[in-house]
Amino acid sequence: MNVMIDTGNYIAAKAAVMAKPDVVAAYPITPQTTLVEGIANYVASGDFKGEYICVESEHSAMSACIGASSAGVRTFTGTSSHGLLLMHEMLHWAALARLPIVMCNINRVIGPGWNIWADENDSLSQRDTGWIQFYCSSNQEIFDTILQSFKLAENKKVLLPVMISYNAFILSHTSMPAYIPSQKEIDDFLPTYDPQWKLDVTNPITFGNIIGPEHYEKVRWDMQKAQDYTKKLIPEIANEWKKKFGRHHGDLLEKYRCEDAEYILLSMGAIGAESKVSIDNLRKENIKIGLARVRTFRPFPNEDIRKLAQQAQLIVIDRNISIGSGGILFNEVTSSLYEQVDTKVTGFIAGLGGKDVNFKDIENMCKKAISGKAKNSQWYGFEEVM
Amino acid sequence: MAIKDLPKTECILPGSAACPGCPATLGLRLVYKALGKNSIMIVPACCTAVIESLYPNTSFDIPTMNIAFEAAAAGASGVEAALRIQGKTDTTVVAWAGDGGTYDIGIQALSGALERQTNFIYICYNNQIYSNTGIQRSGATPKGAWTTTTVGGKNEFRKEMGEIIKAHHIPYAAQTCVSYPEDVYNKVKKAKEIKGPKYIEILAPCPPGWRFGMERTVEMGVLAVETGAWALFECENDEMRFNGKSKLILEKKIERKPIEEWIKYQGRFSHLFKPTKDTKTLKVIEEHTDQMWNRYRQCYL
Amino acid sequence: MKKYDVVTTISYPKKGAMGKTGNWRVFRPVVHKEKCVKCQRCWIYCPEGTIIQNKDGTVSIDYDYCKGCGVCANVCKVKAITMEREGKEK
Repeated sequence: MNVMIDTGNYIAAKAAVMAKPDVVAAYPITPQTTLVEGIANYVASGDFKGEYICVESEHSAMSACIGASSAGVRTFTGTSSHGLLLMHEMLHWAALARLPIVMCNINRVIGPGWNIWADENDSLSQRDTGWIQFYCSSNQEIFDTILQSFKLAENKKVLLPVMISYNAFILSHTSMPAYIPSQKEIDDFLPTYDPQWKLDVTNPITFGNIIGPEHYEKVRWDMQKAQDYTKKLIPEIANEWKKKFGRHHGDLLEKYRCEDAEYILLSMGAIGAESKVSIDNLRKENIKIGLARVRTFRPFPNEDIRKLAQQAQLIVIDRNISIGSGGILFNEVTSSLYEQVDTKVTGFIAGLGGKDVNFKDIENMCKKAISGKAKNSQWYGFEEVM
Repeated sequence: MAIKDLPKTECILPGSAACPGCPATLGLRLVYKALGKNSIMIVPACCTAVIESLYPNTSFDIPTMNIAFEAAAAGASGVEAALRIQGKTDTTVVAWAGDGGTYDIGIQALSGALERQTNFIYICYNNQIYSNTGIQRSGATPKGAWTTTTVGGKNEFRKEMGEIIKAHHIPYAAQTCVSYPEDVYNKVKKAKEIKGPKYIEILAPCPPGWRFGMERTVEMGVLAVETGAWALFECENDEMRFNGKSKLILEKKIERKPIEEWIKYQGRFSHLFKPTKDTKTLKVIEEHTDQMWNRYRQCYL
Repeated sequence: MKKYDVVTTISYPKKGAMGKTGNWRVFRPVVHKEKCVKCQRCWIYCPEGTIIQNKDGTVSIDYDYCKGCGVCANVCKVKAITMEREGKEK
């Protein structure tokens, strides 16, 4: 097994190319650019043998992926922030069409004004589209999750597109080592694509014409069933990867030092990775705290969270805000616990606009929650100085 | 190819949701006589998306992918790339869109697909309105036309999509009309044999949209050409060639009929005749048509 | 025709997908064979494709689906097709 020391984007490009998609259609946007440039390099070197379409917008990128996937091939793309928002209509389309497209999204702040740093409003605002959503905390996890996602998406009982998100610059442009299996090992793990429906001159179907209410409801039902099934399949695939390659980044959640925890921190992405350092430091101070890093946001790990809430109080960090409501992870965690009114959940909004959140900040948030002096929900390092 | 020699296979099945007298189904029938069954069609939101009829049935005996309004050409780029990599390069990829999905909301994707040399035929069936949503104005609506969003008559002249397409320097671009089946057939057949991006625009007179009796669909197309409101031409590797009556008008071998001879039969222009004749606007429209033909003569003769 | 198991909007070709659209008609086209010159103009111009080409070169109408638009009568140069009110006694 080789070790590749490179940025999240270049490692993602390597993973994408090793999955052997037949069509990549993408449009550049900071800080996704080096991902598509990475793939372009593989086109030039001949390592990528598929078709690489330089489209003229992100909406067209997803539309072209939908066209290609409908014609029966494996597809991949990547985007970020405004690009993701521009393709919003087509995200819904891809999921309703049951096309197993895999896409990386680099979590970047939404404007105006222009802000290229990290927060998670972009992908979280797409949580209703039907896409499966992963949040990665290391370049190794990016690589592993991309390959696992193709297998997940293409499963006959799933057939839903998958979005793999990772933070702008903190991961996309930061070099970390990653173990890269051989192409043969990847081919053994990920078989050739077998489309479950396609446009075919020998079988002239019409896809996507007018559909009445009773029939449409069945489409939605089947999508929900598919995501429910992934709650079982995601851990299975992660386990298969662990057996083959020795690495595991968690199932729907990645639990770290939760066994005897009285407090459990839930965080995502780069903050999720940094949280491990905070947990270790807090443990040194004899605080019984663990981390449940949210790896998949869709399907939302309700059952796993309910279980954790039976043993511990929960602390949630949101690098996003749903204006008019609150932190999105906080909202979904608390709504999962609607029957468990005894569990205390403390929410923090931190890192919006790409503001740095380091392990000390996370420790401060946890300590504040544990002190009992925190509100149910607050903006860390901001409200105090407002 | 004479009418009686055109292929008999029908790819569009009778009993669709189309209006009686619909130029879109007529256009599709003509196009598929030239394309045959080895093709895949991409259709954005437009009348045709409805004409396909309701799930779980379709009136189209050809593989068809519906896509969002603005995305026909981008979807086609994806389909074409997928077919190419599977070695199915003999299958013709066709995007079939209305003027809304071509001139307006779909122009970006179209321009992109032409520029990156997607090997497909983009066919715009132009009924000069957003008809699927109930006859609102589009960039293709001519000056003076009533629509539900230009109730007093449209103030602006229509875009000349042909000129925009020419600027992309694609191997083949053409304008035709449903009223000329041999012309449509020949142009589609020619496009099918050429590699690279091709664009064909088919004027499609729409009975409810233009407000004329549903039996006069073909007649309205003929008058559009005879009055010079619409030109039949093709542009092959940047060389322009006018066809049929349009050629004779271009070369001044015949005079084009006054525009009135086309618009007076259409209810969408009736406000230019009743309660009083709006000679001013009619003159402006006539002069504009003259200017268009003078420009054609300057550039292409 | 291969049917897919995937639960999404996939439709299969059917003649008369909107039912017997012949019942939309107010007027029906009547072909007067003695006048017909077999030019096939009506056949090519029919928006619905409901004009049947007979072996002898004349045409017949598929009244199950003909919507009665009248384009065929309009394009016939010898007036071999007339539009007659539906339900009118012969």
